[in-house]
Amino acid sequence: MGAGAQAGAEVLGPAGEAAYLRIEHVGKRFGDVWAVRDVSLTIAEREIFALLGSSGCGKSTLLRMIAGLETPSTGRIVLDGEDLARVPAHRRPTNMMFQSYALFPHLTVAGNVAFGLHQLRPRLARAEIDARVDAMLDLVQMKAYAGRAPQELSGGQQQRVALARSLAREPKLLLLDEPLAALDKKIRRQTQFELVGLIRRVGVTCILVTHDQEEAMTMASRIGIMSEGALVQVGTPDDIYAHPNCCFSAGFIGETNLFEGRIRDGRLVGADFPQPIVLALACGDLPAEGSAAWLSLRPECVRVHPLAAADEAAAASGCENRAPAEVAEIAYLGGHSIYHLRLPGGRSMIASVPSAHWGDAPPPARGARVQVCWAAPDGVLLSR
Amino acid sequence: MKAPATPAAARPDAASGPGSGSGRLWVGLLPWLWMLSFFVLPFALIVNVSLSTPELAVPPYVSPFAGESGAPAFHPDPSAYRRLGDELLARGAAGAERQYLAAFANSLLLASLATLCCLLIGYPFAYHIARARASARNTLLMLVMLPFWTSFLLRVYAWMGLLDSSEVGLINQLLLALGVVAEPLPLLYNGGAVLVGMVYSYLPFMVLPLYANLVKLDLRLLEAARDLGARPSIAFLRVTLPLSRRGIVAGSMLVFIPAVGEFVIPDLLGGGGVLTIGRRIWDDFGPNQDWPMAAAVAVLMVLMLIAPIMLLHRHGRAREDGP
Ligand SMILES: Nc1ncnc2c1ncn2[C@@H]1O[C@H](COP(=O)(O)OP(=O)(O)O)[C@@H](O)[C@H]1O
Ligand SMILES: [Mg+2]
Repeated sequence: MGAGAQAGAEVLGPAGEAAYLRIEHVGKRFGDVWAVRDVSLTIAEREIFALLGSSGCGKSTLLRMIAGLETPSTGRIVLDGEDLARVPAHRRPTNMMFQSYALFPHLTVAGNVAFGLHQLRPRLARAEIDARVDAMLDLVQMKAYAGRAPQELSGGQQQRVALARSLAREPKLLLLDEPLAALDKKIRRQTQFELVGLIRRVGVTCILVTHDQEEAMTMASRIGIMSEGALVQVGTPDDIYAHPNCCFSAGFIGETNLFEGRIRDGRLVGADFPQPIVLALACGDLPAEGSAAWLSLRPECVRVHPLAAADEAAAASGCENRAPAEVAEIAYLGGHSIYHLRLPGGRSMIASVPSAHWGDAPPPARGARVQVCWAAPDGVLLSR
Repeated sequence: MKAPATPAAARPDAASGPGSGSGRLWVGLLPWLWMLSFFVLPFALIVNVSLSTPELAVPPYVSPFAGESGAPAFHPDPSAYRRLGDELLARGAAGAERQYLAAFANSLLLASLATLCCLLIGYPFAYHIARARASARNTLLMLVMLPFWTSFLLRVYAWMGLLDSSEVGLINQLLLALGVVAEPLPLLYNGGAVLVGMVYSYLPFMVLPLYANLVKLDLRLLEAARDLGARPSIAFLRVTLPLSRRGIVAGSMLVFIPAVGEFVIPDLLGGGGVLTIGRRIWDDFGPNQDWPMAAAVAVLMVLMLIAPIMLLHRHGRAREDGP
């Protein structure tokens, strides 16, 4: 028991909240390929959690194991105190919205939504089923289409029917596999907010799978980043953004400048930066002397100064790391601009500079010589 | 709207397309010519014979077109139909020895049972082939069709060898040797033997269209059904079965239609005991020399088969268009 509690305590989870869904060391092997490796995760009731990762990293497989459509090779899944290992898919209190929606083509919209209700035991009365189908279609604003065939609906409408179908049984856990991937970009934006609002209103615990960081950050309260079958980091979007724990999550959530080098005398050397990079002591345990390390630097932490005023400005802002650079590209985005800068060694950096930064002076143009600098505490040191 | 691609809808663009030469015209015409030469004309001839008057001559009838002096005339003689009607309605007890009613009832019953058995046996066949590894499917399909590699007649004779109640009947010999029965069972020359022969012979015609349908089934729909609380058996009944309706209809027609008119299997495995439509037509064209009657029976059979096909077709179309 003690060992179990220990393992449970290690599991990443929202602080202070009881775990509603507990995934413990779950892995899945197909032949000799591990599609999911040793994933441990807890999710609180009513939470909206996003599994984020590039295509083929095992997100769907993990979701399908929770739904019971795949059997885990290792580990166990506990939902609301019940170990799901021996519960077949059709008796699990979970419902999934499939990536392709998988609506039944031989049933009407109402028939699709009613399908799951007909399977409930004890049986529901016909009137009760009709009422619930009605309520569900109302919820997703598809009541007018109740008698249509799914093939006659647009992608967005099919998505809403699929959602209604998966919510109709009032699952303890709603699983969404790339819910918006089949929609075009314009409706996707709007639907993200609608979907989140709807899930909140229903109050269902939800795991959402996506390869789109924006979708994950918009919709989820916490994100788990997956890479090659493993869960590499779990946290709130801003937490992961500010404190990535590895190069993969640093690069996956937002944009970043990554410098690779080795630790020597408390600095990062060998990175393609003109001088050893000063590291802040506050940024966690320093890796061992001589070991490989990476520094992640968000574009908005990089400051850009005109060469003339560079030294005073750098001194005033307390930036330890400085280098001359040439402006290669500028993307003006209104409130801020993205500067693509070329360092003396040839490597490029990106900086996000607020438009107000330049005051009355003209901003540097393409080809201008500038100085880039950043304060040591703004960089995040990564050991993998 | 997703209008089904009917030939009627497809033809205009085929004809008006920029590359529409005489080649296309011929390809479009060929099926119609074929149907005209090998179905419409022969059927018209049969209808003509059915409206003739029997006569002791060669051929044994007088065509309704046979005028007195070569002037065009048409004098149909519906007597064959009248006699057939009397037989079927069991009027005119004198004609009852020909047992047309029994022939129609037997043929329809045997064909229905054969279709049902083929469906019950063929569905699992088709289902498992469709679910097999893609690399194994062709081999399995080949195995289903393997019996076609030997002569149909040979296979029916082989069944006679299996079912016979004399010492050459393999099944009876086996049962006797095992002591299951004391006397040989009368397995051959009855309706059961005919049914076995039909099911055996027509099974591939059920399996192939069912397979073609089931292999296209989107397995994610079954996962969705399971996820929505359907046990595997319910998922089968509520999703797989309705979605394979077209395959079931196609396979059933391919078995039922030839089975209704089947002559060889009832003749060889049923002996004289199993009267069928095929047998009646044979007897009336042959020994009885009553060609108009034989033709009338054939015409009635075709009409009987066409009506349900049209109904099914219309039903299928309605389902496709509507929700
Ligand atoms: N049934 C299966 N058999 C074999 N390999 C599979 C199966 N399902 C998934 N995989 C493999 O597992 C990996 C993860 O797949 P998946 O979970 O679908 O990724 P994602 O949803 O993140 O794109 C992929 O490499 C995929 O090829
Ligand atoms: Mg996927």
